[in-house]
Amino acid sequence: MAVTESPAKGRRRFWLLDLYGSAVGKKWAMALSGIGLLGFVVAHMIGNLHMYEGAAEMNEYGEYLRIIGGPILPHTVFLWLIRLPLLAAFLIHIHAAYALTITNNHATIDKYKQPREWLAASYASRTMRWSGVIVLLFVAWHLADLTLGWVNPDFISGEPFHNTVVSLSNVGIAALYIVANIALGMHIFHGAWSLFQSIGVNNPRFNRWRRWFAQALATVIVIGNISFPVMILTGVVG
Amino acid sequence: MDLTLQVWRQAGPNAPGRLVDYPVKDISPDMSFLEMLDIVNEGLNAQGIEPIAFDHDCREGICGMCGLMINGLAHGPQLGTATCQLHMRKFKDGDTIVIEPWKAAGFPIVRDLAVDRSTFDRIIEAGGFITVPTGSASDANLTLVPKEVADWSMDAAACIGCGACVAACPNSAAQLFTAAKIAHLSLLPQGQPERWTRVEAMVDKMEEFFGSCTNHGECETACPKEISIDFIALMNKDYMKAKFKNRRLVSQTG
Ligand code: HEM
Ligand code: SF4
Ligand code: FES
Repeated sequence: MAVTESPAKGRRRFWLLDLYGSAVGKKWAMALSGIGLLGFVVAHMIGNLHMYEGAAEMNEYGEYLRIIGGPILPHTVFLWLIRLPLLAAFLIHIHAAYALTITNNHATIDKYKQPREWLAASYASRTMRWSGVIVLLFVAWHLADLTLGWVNPDFISGEPFHNTVVSLSNVGIAALYIVANIALGMHIFHGAWSLFQSIGVNNPRFNRWRRWFAQALATVIVIGNISFPVMILTGVVG
Repeated sequence: MDLTLQVWRQAGPNAPGRLVDYPVKDISPDMSFLEMLDIVNEGLNAQGIEPIAFDHDCREGICGMCGLMINGLAHGPQLGTATCQLHMRKFKDGDTIVIEPWKAAGFPIVRDLAVDRSTFDRIIEAGGFITVPTGSASDANLTLVPKEVADWSMDAAACIGCGACVAACPNSAAQLFTAAKIAHLSLLPQGQPERWTRVEAMVDKMEEFFGSCTNHGECETACPKEISIDFIALMNKDYMKAKFKNRRLVSQTG
């Protein structure tokens, strides 16, 4: 009775859309967009270390990001060439997370009465949706605070050092940055391991290193990012 | 041993279910878990109560029929074994043991602890086979397979289709089962002709019934055959390749 029927037959959609139509494909999209976001998060943290060099260097770095590629590229064009794909990656990542959450809610209608005893799933892996949402809300705040200045009354365009210091001198806002970055760290702790699995990068030669890689990445990002509010609150930077 | 069981009782697929307490006495630590349930059922029968329905067949860990969620652990507290291989010496006198069926939308409950796993059959039907030349059997060593490959394929082939991976998964995903059933064929030379249609068809069928993997890894620890999630990575890779592969050149690449 069983006949090998090629699901590819009569396929009209572009193969990438076809791939994205499946849950496995959506995980590919999450992993690849996640890699892009991770690259950004690392570069962002390292770039911000200019805060420790003082106001002039930090502000110069901010301006430098806008003149890269000049004079061939007009002002801020390079920056937008980075921003737009990042935005796309963010939207794809969130859309896939949303769609897969719906799928999983349908697949798990029955719940066990006895709470499950987790043997492998970590706190980070079980809270990806929450840590993701916290990061999303934080990114919105962060852009309004330090990129657009909407929620920062002392905002001066082109002076990131000043803007950061006035914002993070407020204990409440500093606490927000710290909490959000711990959530980001947990997200990376699972995500930077999980992504290898989703895209099938798996080799007994280096599988041990994947856990190590995710832990190291999460630690470096969290420590680097949290150092800014801590150093500003304690007056080391400012 | 004296124990208290809390067992999921449900009269039929659409009937409401609930946990019911059963005190049980004089259980020998040498009994298997299923023998213990047999004793309980004899007692229920004698009292005119409907016995607890549960699935089982070989009782030696090879058929995949048994499968219970015991105290929140698929196949109970002993790792790398099926429910039928679990013995009462793993529990202490006076313990309360909560016994529930596999719970997943893809595994509708038939009655009490018995679930319908025919969705697994649908996945196998979609592509879990190879084309063989009919006629007389070919010489055993006609197609050479490296030992490592044969071993790795055999590791996947150890899957008994019990469904513990789905039951243990917070997403009710069937990735481990499906990946194992794909890999044990796709790793071997004999499985190559259908390699790309197989992974596409079986994954697509799987997604009709089950959730999406978030790489928790619970399936691997619940699996009585300790099947590795490395097979899931292989399936994910092959699925993507299957989507864009030039199938006229299929024999060219691995
Ligand atoms: C800077 C921001 C972010 C980074 C660096 C990031 C990174 C990652 C990575 C690398 C993965 C693993 C992908 C995989 O398993 O294949 C992941 C998964 C996930 N992300 Fe994000 N993400 C970010 C923001 C978000 C946001 C804003 C949300 C949600 C609103 C979100 C929700 C999720 C969810 C639900 C998963 C799925 C977990 C899983 O399936 O393993 N993420 N993320
Ligand atoms: S992969 Fe393991 S847990 Fe899943 S069905 Fe096969 S034997 Fe059972
Ligand atoms: S009864 Fe056959 S595997 Fe348990």
